[in-house]
Amino acid sequence: MWDLSVQALDTARLRGAKYADVRVMHLRQRDLTTKNGLVGTLAQSESIGLGIRVLAGGAWGFASTDRLTREGVSACAVQAVSIAKASAIAKRKDVVMAKEEAYVDSWQSPFRKDPFEIPLETQLDLLLAADAEMRRVKGVTLTETDLQFRKIDSWFASSMGSRIHQRKVISGCGIVATSFQGEEIQKRSYPNSFGGQHALGGYELVESLELIRHAPRVGEEAVALHAAAQCPQKNGTLILGGSQLGLQIHESVGHPIELDRVLGEEANFAGTSFLTLDKLNTLRYGSDIVNVVADARIEHGPGLGSFAYDDEGVPAQCTDIIKGGEFRGYLSNRETAHLVGLKRSSGTMRTECWNRLPIIRMTNISLLPGTWKVDDLIADTDDAIFMDTNRSWSIDDRRYQFQFSTEIGWEVKGGKKGRMLKNPSYSGITTEFWNSCDAICDADEWVLWGTPNCGKGQPMQTMGTGHGASPSRFRNIHIGAAFSK
Amino acid sequence: MSAARKPFSRTPAAQRSNSAGLVPESDLRRTINSVLRLAKSIGVAETEVHVDEVDDSLTRFANNAIHQNVAERGLTVSVRTAVDGRTARATTNRVDEDSLRGAIESSLSLAHSQPQDPKLLPLPGAQRYRKVSRFSMPTVTLTPEDRARAVRRACDLAVKRGQVAAGIFASGQSQTAMGNSRGLFAAYRETHAEFSITMQEQPAASWAKANSANVRNFDPQELAARASEKAHRATNARELPPGHYTVILEPSAVLDIVGFLFYDFAATALADKRSCLNDRMGKQIFGKNISVVDDAYHPLQLGAPFDGEGIPRERVLLVDRGVPKGLVYSRASAKIAKSKPTGHGFMLPNEHGEAPVNLVFGGGNSSIEEMIASTDRGLLVTRLWYIREVDPYEKIMTGMTRDGLFLVEKGRVTSAVRNFRFNQSLLEMLRNVELMGPAVRATGEEAFEMVVPAMKVRDFHFSEVTKF
Repeated sequence: MWDLSVQALDTARLRGAKYADVRVMHLRQRDLTTKNGLVGTLAQSESIGLGIRVLAGGAWGFASTDRLTREGVSACAVQAVSIAKASAIAKRKDVVMAKEEAYVDSWQSPFRKDPFEIPLETQLDLLLAADAEMRRVKGVTLTETDLQFRKIDSWFASSMGSRIHQRKVISGCGIVATSFQGEEIQKRSYPNSFGGQHALGGYELVESLELIRHAPRVGEEAVALHAAAQCPQKNGTLILGGSQLGLQIHESVGHPIELDRVLGEEANFAGTSFLTLDKLNTLRYGSDIVNVVADARIEHGPGLGSFAYDDEGVPAQCTDIIKGGEFRGYLSNRETAHLVGLKRSSGTMRTECWNRLPIIRMTNISLLPGTWKVDDLIADTDDAIFMDTNRSWSIDDRRYQFQFSTEIGWEVKGGKKGRMLKNPSYSGITTEFWNSCDAICDADEWVLWGTPNCGKGQPMQTMGTGHGASPSRFRNIHIGAAFSK
Repeated sequence: MSAARKPFSRTPAAQRSNSAGLVPESDLRRTINSVLRLAKSIGVAETEVHVDEVDDSLTRFANNAIHQNVAERGLTVSVRTAVDGRTARATTNRVDEDSLRGAIESSLSLAHSQPQDPKLLPLPGAQRYRKVSRFSMPTVTLTPEDRARAVRRACDLAVKRGQVAAGIFASGQSQTAMGNSRGLFAAYRETHAEFSITMQEQPAASWAKANSANVRNFDPQELAARASEKAHRATNARELPPGHYTVILEPSAVLDIVGFLFYDFAATALADKRSCLNDRMGKQIFGKNISVVDDAYHPLQLGAPFDGEGIPRERVLLVDRGVPKGLVYSRASAKIAKSKPTGHGFMLPNEHGEAPVNLVFGGGNSSIEEMIASTDRGLLVTRLWYIREVDPYEKIMTGMTRDGLFLVEKGRVTSAVRNFRFNQSLLEMLRNVELMGPAVRATGEEAFEMVVPAMKVRDFHFSEVTKF
């Protein structure tokens, strides 16, 4: 593999590139789903190819190919340099990159059971059994389950001399029960909605989540929601379950701290950010107890945002994002680091596949644990709504105003979790929301949730990100706007 | 990695640059036949093969300069085997004989792992297809330098007006071919070009976008000028209270919100009881001015004239004067419903069935200017953003306005307005359409392209306001 990479780098240099990096990637994926007791998707795929990024004439070019021959790779490198020179037609200044060391390394993410070695029959039996348990509940009208496994090998080589091989194994699973009754569709998911829980790890993740054990409850709650009271519209106290808070972090902290967004590079598509450069070290993002990090190191997870090196060859790091409520850091790359006074990239360049350019992405953006036990938190709350498991999410293109709805909610009255509520939602302004946080549960309740479907960039890239969170309480939140008339 | 590509004799790589275009259809047919022969030789009862190829380029700009500029080419072979009521798919982008044999064996291994499905249909036989022509040489021959020069002109306009431009100029070509062991063969190729631009005049911004098979069907400079002018008008936005407003939705805004409705017209979605049309088919649930067809052959549409199983796409009347009348069917859902497949099935195996993908609204004859002139008080909406489903049966959607929201008073645009969040039932919205423009090929960022009109809608519900 290194021979082809070196050939691409040499060709790029001979054609005039001042810098180049090459990623050869081999991606394998297995998808299994069931629906109403029958197998739905049953598919396996692999993709291998090479992408080369070059700096020539002070501007970037990128080309990719699946023709992994000497001729194919050379042609790809020539094309990348040609594109870079075309980019220079519309440049305003030359690209400047922060210094970085060259690394030669090989790394593999930790896992105990290779999911591709587990018999397919075992995997399907699990899904069909969970599916059957949900269908046993009267009133459930649709049951769905899924398993997804990925194995990604990447070989990174740069003209600076880096040679880094990384292998990641990713597993994910989930179950969903839906109930249509009268004029209402309700659903419940476990362990999370939109594909379940995903993490860097092996089949042991699937086993630990005990899908079959949770399936009856999931079905029963989906049906019970029809008879539940409608979530009221009011300003009040909100307690969020960990998975919903994970998505809240993703949308209202993770995206706005991406330095490419801040600098306007995503203005036409994903949007910009309210976190303009003047906000660094001056904005009170949240209350004193809010501490958020971007941590790609394996010891933080491992999560979907864990790795040893990013796709620009920069080692994984932990960066303070919010410390004691103050805004402290962005996600940067080698090109943007100097703009926020950093001498080095924070190591967040990631690519979906060999045919995509690495761009700044979230790693594991996590709210650090607080001090509360969840039972104590509820006992300490007079009047609140506890919401869990995301149903919809939306936020404006500068990441100020958001609205989330969840699958289920419960009243909390006089320190006790009470009746179920349907159609819960809440909304607000990002900084007001985080400043209203007055309790965060401790490490016993903390889970590194995986978001496998974060879309960004043009052409679009889908990336997995991690978000550690534990149940937390927020005061004076606007509740119920999604169903307001 | 450099294994010989025995069954697939492309033009020798040394004679082709990395952007030399698509391989001939005859090569795709040869690859498909090779896979079918290999599968037959190892005793596979039924085999289906898809070959897909892309050759795409995209120039991206921001802060009045190109900052990303990429090209990609790739070819994948996807094999589905079916044995004794069991089916599965394996996909690879390695096209040497060993890899293709490996894909067949992976597919077989997956298929054998599952219980038998007595309802699994045999593969379809040969079909006849209507010709569509969606391949444009001006798009094929567009170079990185052509795109860069157009971007430069757009950025120069921004600089001249004290604005900041960001966007993309993309072009490419793709093809798909499929065949199966019962003699079906289908092939399709198209070109695609797209220009999209956001002009920022702090704190405001506006946006324009177009796409087509033929890059000459739009003018990047005209789009840049339109976004620039609108961004300037969008400055000094005033805050209005949330509430119910008459809105004039430009085609992109219409596209992105109605795009969430059409998965509900899949027969499988109704069978699964997850469609908002359950118990509503044949009832007057939209206004009488709303009619919608799915028509892959409409001159403003792109896409293949066949579905994932190779069934020819049919024109389907979905909504007739406000009444949902038709659904789209895959072969499997048609069999269950005792209906005919309409050529809208996804590649098998999958659990979603099918969807209409070439939507065409009936439209009207009012221009946006006429809609504005007829409005005593309302809002002109350029674009909607981050739209998500809040309630799947009442079809309540939430999202934001973006890139140009304007107050209309007494028939005139009077000022820019800060962006709103909406929570709006789509069913209700399509009952409240007062005027429509001619249906055009619209592009947005939330839904695939459709042919939709601008709409004037009463009582559109904005629930909250943001900071800009």
